[in-house]
Amino acid sequence: MDFGFSLSPSSAIDLDKVDLSLYRRLEQTVPDIRNCIACGSCSATCMAADYSGMSVRKLILNLQRGADVKKMLSCCMLCGKCTMVCPRGINTRKLILDVCRYYSDEKV
Amino acid sequence: MRERIPSGFDPFVLPFLIGIGFVLLYCALAAMRVLWQCPREDRRRFFLSLITPTTALRNLWDIFANCLIHVKLWRRNKLLGFMHSSIAFGWFMIILLGHLEVFLFVPHRLNLFYYPIFFNYFVAETDTSLRGAFLFFLMDFFLLLILIGIGLAIVKRVRSRLFGMRRTTRPSFLDTVGLYSLWLIFPLRLLAESFTASISGGSFLVKPLNWLLEAVLGSQFLLNPANNLPTWWAYSIVLGVFMVVLPFTRYMHIPTEMMLIPMRNAGLRIRHARRGYALLEVYSCPGCGVCIDACPMSVKKANIKDCTVYLNRQIRRGNERRIEEISDKCLLCGKCTEVCQVGVEGPALRIFQRARRQYAVNPDYAAVNVAPPESVGKVLYFGGCMTALTPSIGRSMESVLGKLGIDYTWMDRDGGICCGRPMLQAGRFPQAAEMVRKNTELIKASGADTLLLSCPICYKMFRDHYKLPGIRVVHHTQYFEELRRSGVLKLSKSDLCYAYHDPCELGRGCGVYEEPRALLGSAAYIVEAEKNRGESICCGGSLGSLSLGFQQREAMTRRALENLTVAGPDAIATACPLCRSTFARYSSIPVRDIAEVVDLSL
Repeated sequence: MDFGFSLSPSSAIDLDKVDLSLYRRLEQTVPDIRNCIACGSCSATCMAADYSGMSVRKLILNLQRGADVKKMLSCCMLCGKCTMVCPRGINTRKLILDVCRYYSDEKV
Repeated sequence: MRERIPSGFDPFVLPFLIGIGFVLLYCALAAMRVLWQCPREDRRRFFLSLITPTTALRNLWDIFANCLIHVKLWRRNKLLGFMHSSIAFGWFMIILLGHLEVFLFVPHRLNLFYYPIFFNYFVAETDTSLRGAFLFFLMDFFLLLILIGIGLAIVKRVRSRLFGMRRTTRPSFLDTVGLYSLWLIFPLRLLAESFTASISGGSFLVKPLNWLLEAVLGSQFLLNPANNLPTWWAYSIVLGVFMVVLPFTRYMHIPTEMMLIPMRNAGLRIRHARRGYALLEVYSCPGCGVCIDACPMSVKKANIKDCTVYLNRQIRRGNERRIEEISDKCLLCGKCTEVCQVGVEGPALRIFQRARRQYAVNPDYAAVNVAPPESVGKVLYFGGCMTALTPSIGRSMESVLGKLGIDYTWMDRDGGICCGRPMLQAGRFPQAAEMVRKNTELIKASGADTLLLSCPICYKMFRDHYKLPGIRVVHHTQYFEELRRSGVLKLSKSDLCYAYHDPCELGRGCGVYEEPRALLGSAAYIVEAEKNRGESICCGGSLGSLSLGFQQREAMTRRALENLTVAGPDAIATACPLCRSTFARYSSIPVRDIAEVVDLSL
């Protein structure tokens, strides 16, 4: 029955059900990823933020939640500004390249 | 001279013949393989260059200067140069003179491969060979030269610092076999020749040794074939062993370099990580280890095995795990290429190794829409990502251009597309090409005739990888220096003393050394760093490295700062926003970009 409106789907994340294999793998290859304090410096400097909503802070958050990251990565130019501003010294470029490398569509 | 052995053959030449036959066959097949792997137009270019007189002459000269005399090693360290050229040139002369002897005395034996090598066994001296005496003198002279060279090589194993090298390569097992057989060849030749010197004659080296042996062992002992033949056997066997292991050791660089030089002179470049020209570069590496001391990463002992010499070794072994590790770690500063005596392009080799990787997510910028810059003047300024991160440089650029009254447009003031160099260095060529295409459109649409850059990384990219006909690509140090020369830019000299740091991409990358110094020199005093220009040390902040972490880079930056501040400057000047921010992190004195220095003195 069409009421002319619909309910938005629940945005709750059940951490018991999501697939965290990609995040676990990245924890091995880029251990720095655990140091992120979500300060957002990377988001503030990102060149691709305007084009695809790229933000390393959000990337890490989405990885931890098993959410999709493919879209935001689609405009990353690997310019390295996020690496340079990161107060925790995370090698974000390696993180991005490793996500691009180990990403698999099947997991979502 | 007359022939002593009528048949002109003795079984002891067999090990040598097997060795040389194997090595020649191997090299011929390898050369054909490399040629076959090269793209068709490269092959054509190469063959054309061989029949072009000027290039052919240059090839000969380069081969002579690099393979035999080792000119670049002489420049690095006299003793190191002497050691290498005495062995290489001496050996070459012995082979050449051996052929000359055969040609002069027994010309009908020129068709025998081994005759010039074992000449002294097969001939007996007559009393009418004055010319022979002169040749014998030369033979002994060059043999002595080689023996001195080998003596030095043995000393170098123990005290490499005497040769200007702090660290040297660890030889692999086969390298060691090659090394010891090479060391043995010439002493054994001397021994064999001196055993038979009373028959075949000799000069100041062979003769006295012959007398000495006679005094100790008696002349009958020396003349007995049962005693002198084993020495010739030993000489032949060692030669054979050396040649059989040669293709699998670093000594493969001897034949490979002779092919690399003509190919490089023909204008060929690396096109594939493991095929064609790249293979030549890998096999041309003599494993000398000059790149180890030069590498900025080697301040940390853990990174020593990631220098170019080890990359070449691992590529030869096909060790994929190590190749990936080594390729990803490098800062791509290009210093190994600068100091390399055969010119192995470490950074380019690594970029192509990176390009082999497959990614599941591939960025695509087709949908990115950037408004073309509103054209004001003929000068288009592209700050780039790194300038965006060091706003003081951008402000100084604006200020200087404003004070000079130059009409310009700042293309990426409110963000834009990266020049593509970091992506290119990561080996993702299609993505980099996409960015190049987007930026080219924007720049062409602006109608500008000058593209001004304040970042050497962008400058290198726009200069080498963009096709911008009619548009001049210029770095701000060159642009301001030009304005200063033409009298538009008038600087007042402050009494501050700066140390100038040559950024990798501007110096080694684009060969811009003079303009920044001239510009800085008219605004302040300059002192030079301990290692400068082509040998300047990377700041450690390079985007070239994919895997080096923040903490690992600190030691490199501190080492580079130490090198810069040797002369005790008041401040550091550089011409790269990335170097500026990297140095500023650890420097105890101010670090400024040249644009800022110019702005202060204007």
